Amino acid sequence: MRRSSALALCVLLACALSLSGSPARSAGSPVTLLNVSYDPTRELYEALNKAFATQWLAQSGQALQIRQSHGGSGKQARAIIDGLQADVATLALAYDVNALSTQARLIPADWATRLPYNSAPYTSTIVFLVRKGNPKNIRDWGDLVRPGVEVITPNPKSSGGARWNFLAAWAWALHQPGGNEATALAFVTQLYKNVPVLDSGARGSTVTFAERGIGDALLAWENEALLATRQLGPDKFDIVLPSWSILAEPPVTVVDKVVDRRGTRTIAEAYLKFLYTSQGQEIIAQNFYRPRDAAVAQKYASQFPTLKLVTIDDTFGGWDKAQAKFFDDGGIFDQIYGQ
Amino acid sequence: MNQTALALSPAPAGVSASPGTGSGSRPSARRERAAREFRVLPGFGLTLGYTVLYLSLIVLIPLSAVFLRSAELGPEKFWQVVTTPRVLASLRLSFGASLLATGINAVFGFSIAWALTRQRFAGWRLFDAMIDLPFALPTAVAGIALTALYAPTGWIGQLLAPLGIKVAYTPLGIVVALAFVSLPFIVRTLQPVLVDLDRELERAAESMGASTMQTFRWVVLPSIWPALLTGVALGFSRAVGEYGSVIFIAGNIPNVSEIAPLVIMTKLEQYQYSQATAIAVVMLTVSFALMLGINGLQLWAQKRRRQR
Repeated sequence: MRRSSALALCVLLACALSLSGSPARSAGSPVTLLNVSYDPTRELYEALNKAFATQWLAQSGQALQIRQSHGGSGKQARAIIDGLQADVATLALAYDVNALSTQARLIPADWATRLPYNSAPYTSTIVFLVRKGNPKNIRDWGDLVRPGVEVITPNPKSSGGARWNFLAAWAWALHQPGGNEATALAFVTQLYKNVPVLDSGARGSTVTFAERGIGDALLAWENEALLATRQLGPDKFDIVLPSWSILAEPPVTVVDKVVDRRGTRTIAEAYLKFLYTSQGQEIIAQNFYRPRDAAVAQKYASQFPTLKLVTIDDTFGGWDKAQAKFFDDGGIFDQIYGQ
Repeated sequence: MNQTALALSPAPAGVSASPGTGSGSRPSARRERAAREFRVLPGFGLTLGYTVLYLSLIVLIPLSAVFLRSAELGPEKFWQVVTTPRVLASLRLSFGASLLATGINAVFGFSIAWALTRQRFAGWRLFDAMIDLPFALPTAVAGIALTALYAPTGWIGQLLAPLGIKVAYTPLGIVVALAFVSLPFIVRTLQPVLVDLDRELERAAESMGASTMQTFRWVVLPSIWPALLTGVALGFSRAVGEYGSVIFIAGNIPNVSEIAPLVIMTKLEQYQYSQATAIAVVMLTVSFALMLGINGLQLWAQKRRRQR
């Protein structure tokens, strides 16, 4: 009984393997890659995919089709862990990419060292989007806790962007004269008292602020804020740069288990390296993400003003520590809501 | 007053009791054979097998997976997870808002069903078709539409804002969304019963001097009571699990406007599968207990009707 079922399982597995393995390996047929990414990168990867597919066709004669999937960063990581066949993962923060290693061993623990700049080919930061003319005169983080000011930000428990928002606020409070952990806690508690809606993702918050007309300031990715002002009309919103913000480094990785099974490792790795080329960096800057390449950064300097930025490693000791201290159950975010 | 009411009450019971009385006199062996011969669909064993298999695949196995997963926590940790203030607040909100929404719908759903079956006004077919919209509409679309309407900048929100009434991003908004998704369940279960309701009984009651309220209380309500309960139960269970439409209109602020399904989603996104399933188990158990209670109430109501 036991033996026969084990045998049946082997046969099934062999069938499954041969079925799934064959299409990718046969030469000449178009190859597909699946890039699983977070919410606001839709436009960025549409542009990057087109450019890379063209380059790959010229270089290897192989037609390439890259499919994209977008959603909240945490949700996307969970989908990959639950079996979504992502060749590459391009998420909002290292914590979610780490989960691919710690929760399911889909990638090695040292994934971040495989590509330059901690595997983050572009950066962004957190800025404020306010109503045109800035009627509530919001200049810096301190203005957000004034009575009568409504702030829109997503829930850091479900949104990667919201975690950056939270930590940027914390970092600003730390850098004030006499700032310490206690004053920072008091500041963020006050800040979240002014938040009337906690959406689950960054795009949801942008819609609440821009379309529903709720709130006086939106804490947003710089790329999302720039996109909103360009797309929804510069006559509706202004961008306010706070005195301190945080350097957000959204990392990328190939998903080893998937690419090895599908035989797509070479092409997936080439795809991620393309993000670091000057062509890739140019597209990144055009889509309002801050490029790593010095020459490209120089060219787009007017779009990305210099800010005082803290990093997750310097101020918070890395994502694992930050996650445990601030966002896990019973952490500081829960304490803010009186738990 | 009371005497007329009592005199009236046996009438509907007599109507419904008639189909059950005929078979009692036959000998049991003959009845069994007769039942075997007159079966409409053949293959009882086969259909029972299918029923068990299908129910297992679609309902029982997924549900037991939920229970198994939550069992990973151990009883102490389980209790700790489901009794945190935030989880308790979300459970209270989910069940409370669902009860309120289905309670409101029990009243308005009944009047809609009544109007649609008893009155033929211009365009009633259009209204009748519209009842099904909440069934057909993807819930996210419903949530976005309701939020757009009830936000302070929306058509309805604009009118309510000067009165100091906030709907979108408050618990009130959750009740509105739940009332929207659960309405068709109540209307659609009541309609066929109202169509079958014998109007002669109401006329008889009237001719015997009953007021409209008395007629409603002692003639109409007893006949539609089981259907109304079924509708409320269906609507309620739909409302408790509703996620898509609510997250758009609720502010999702912990302890204030965060529903239990959202807490489950949030736990999942933090890779806390067993904690998420623990809350799911609590929701499941409470829902199941409520369903059992409603079924019991129905049974009791039917028994009482038979006895009269």
